[in-house]
Amino acid sequence: MHLTPVGLEHYLVVSALLFCLGVLGIVIRRNLLVMYMSLELMLNSANLALVGFSRFGNTLNGQIMVFFIITVAAAEVAVGLALIVALYRKRQSAHVEDLTSMKY
Amino acid sequence: MQATDIFFYVFAALTLLCGLMVVANPVSRNPITSAMFLVLTIISMAGLFVLLHAFFLAAVQILVYAGAVMVLFLFVIMLLDLNEEIRRRFNRFGVATGVISVAALGGLTLYTILRSGIGTGRTPQIEGATEPLGRMLFSQYLLPFEVVSLLLLVAMVGAILLSKKELK
Repeated sequence: MHLTPVGLEHYLVVSALLFCLGVLGIVIRRNLLVMYMSLELMLNSANLALVGFSRFGNTLNGQIMVFFIITVAAAEVAVGLALIVALYRKRQSAHVEDLTSMKY
Repeated sequence: MQATDIFFYVFAALTLLCGLMVVANPVSRNPITSAMFLVLTIISMAGLFVLLHAFFLAAVQILVYAGAVMVLFLFVIMLLDLNEEIRRRFNRFGVATGVISVAALGGLTLYTILRSGIGTGRTPQIEGATEPLGRMLFSQYLLPFEVVSLLLLVAMVGAILLSKKELK
C-alpha cells in the first residue's frame, strides 16, 4: 500500500467517510437515541473538515467556527434529549416507527 | 513516513471503526454500546485535532462532547426502556436501500474530493493554541460569543420547561 504524506485530502476523506456513517445511522437505525448519536457523528465530521481547512488554509477562523459548532451542539443535545424524554413520557416509545401520528 | 503520519492513520482508523460500531454494531444493538463507541470516536477525533495542531479544540472536544454531552445521553438512555430495541427486527429492505444510497453518496463525495486535486494545501503554520483563539474570540468574534451564551441560556430554560411533568 502506497502511503503519501498526510495532507488536507486525507482529513477530508476521513471526514467524508464519517459523515456517510452518520447518514447510514440515520437511515438504517430506528431508535431515536441512536439516530441522534448519528447526528452527532455528522456534526463531528463537519468539525473535522473545518479544522483541516483551518490548518491547511493558515487561518484560525475555521477553528472559531468549530468552537461555536460545539457550543451549539451542546445546546441542541440538551433540548433534543428533553424532547425525546417528553415524547417517551407521552408515548412510552423511542422508536420512529411508533411515532407516525403526523404521517396520516 | 513520519511519526505523525502513523498517528494519523491510527487515529483515522480508530475514528472510522468506532463510528461504524456506533451505527452498525454486529454484536449488540444496545444504545449504551452505541454511546460508548461514540465516546471512543470522539476521543480519537480529539487525537486528530491534536495532529492538526488544534490543541484547544481537542481539549474542548473531550470536555464538552465526551464529558458533558455523552453523560447526558447515558442519563437519557437509562431513563428509557432499553429492551425495546433488541426485540425489534431490522427491516431488511430499508437497510439494503439505505446502504446503497449511502454508498452512492460516499462514492460521489470521495470522487469529488480526490478529483478536486486539493492536495496538501499550503504549508501549514497555524497553531490552534488557546491564546490566539482566545484573542480572536474576544475581539473579532465578541458578538457571536455573547449570542452563544444567550443561546445556552435559552437551551437550559427550554430543557427545564420540556422536562416538566405537565406541558402547558
